[in-house]
Amino acid sequence: MAAASPHASPWIPRLYQVARARRERADTTTLELAPLEGTRPSFAPGQFNMLYAFGAGEAAISISGAADAPHFVHTVRDVGAVSGAIAALKAGATVGVRGPFGSSWPLQPAQGADVLFVAGGLGLAPLRPAIYHVLANRPRYGRVVLLFGSRNPKDMLYRRELERWRQRLDVNIEVTVDHADADWHGNVGVVPALIRRVAFDPHDTVAMICGPEVMMRFTVNTLLEVGVPVQRIHLSMERNMKCAVGLCGHCQFGPAFICKDGPVIRYDRIADIFAVREI
Amino acid sequence: MEGLEHILGQHPFFAGFCAAHSRLVAGCARNHRYDAGEYLFREGGPADEFFLIRHGQVALEIAAPGRTPIVIATLGEGEIIGASWLIPPYRWMSDARATRLTRAIGVDAACLREKCEADHDLGYEMMKRFLPILVQRLHATRLQLLDVYGKR
Repeated sequence: MAAASPHASPWIPRLYQVARARRERADTTTLELAPLEGTRPSFAPGQFNMLYAFGAGEAAISISGAADAPHFVHTVRDVGAVSGAIAALKAGATVGVRGPFGSSWPLQPAQGADVLFVAGGLGLAPLRPAIYHVLANRPRYGRVVLLFGSRNPKDMLYRRELERWRQRLDVNIEVTVDHADADWHGNVGVVPALIRRVAFDPHDTVAMICGPEVMMRFTVNTLLEVGVPVQRIHLSMERNMKCAVGLCGHCQFGPAFICKDGPVIRYDRIADIFAVREI
Repeated sequence: MEGLEHILGQHPFFAGFCAAHSRLVAGCARNHRYDAGEYLFREGGPADEFFLIRHGQVALEIAAPGRTPIVIATLGEGEIIGASWLIPPYRWMSDARATRLTRAIGVDAACLREKCEADHDLGYEMMKRFLPILVQRLHATRLQLLDVYGKR
């Protein structure tokens, strides 16, 4: 799918203001960013921006809001100095934004087919714009299934939204947690184990997966076992993005640059190297 | 017995099972119904049965003193519970608690082991069905142990 055009100069950050900061979990914040001048560029679900916390640095963060939302929405987890500085931003703070960059989820080719979203942990954030799109255009798709795995019930991302989506009759949402005590009444186990429990036509399904790479490897294996064709499996990959336009090489993954050829990549294009630890 | 044979034939675990073998297994089977909170088995108890879940959900739990029991996995419709009946000393290694109304078929382990010993084709067929499930669960447990959603 063609990417939306980034800002005229991909090197120069535009200034945005944090319009709203919402704490999702102890270490995770969702920011709504409004441009200080003009309107924000359009983006396609799956793309990312480079967010620049002044004095700390720049990090690639997927866009997690709807494509028609007035602001850029990003969900950021504090996993280091830069992401920690971004996640700590409060409403009114100024941030630099370059982007959007990268490839997007195959929402157009998936029309008419069953759609299977598989998300793990914070991986639900890059998938959320695609989920919004499918739900907003529900008649264009076959069965829609979202499988979401979380570490435990307390750490579940977008919990209220998941509960709202589950009330719909035209989408099947299954949630599981890796660890729980007996007070939790939902599923316990890893998210790939849910794949065999839900109804979809494996030969006519487009699968979109996002989560930790190990979780995606297990998920892909299960999808292949149940008969989903390799070219219908799409992943959102994560690497050390720096320039975001395929020049610096920091995010090289075999012959691909994740910032430019990804982050959304069709699995058959990386199947041979996906599990190679040296790459 | 025909009823149980029919029910077994509809369970994914026995999909494609030949009629003769289905009859043999049905001869060891019986229906169970568990209310929410009721235990199918407790850790340390004799693993004298394995279960095919027809409806409902079962949590496999391990209890530690002074702590709320830890749920290892939940299993639901179309899945099986119990591998300890295959291996001596045939003792359960966890608790299994119905989290909601659950209907299951229980297959008597001693009865089935005897039939598998007498008919190795049946035994091989059973192992071909059990082994992939055990491997899937082993892989799932490895992934669970990795704690992939934790901070690196």
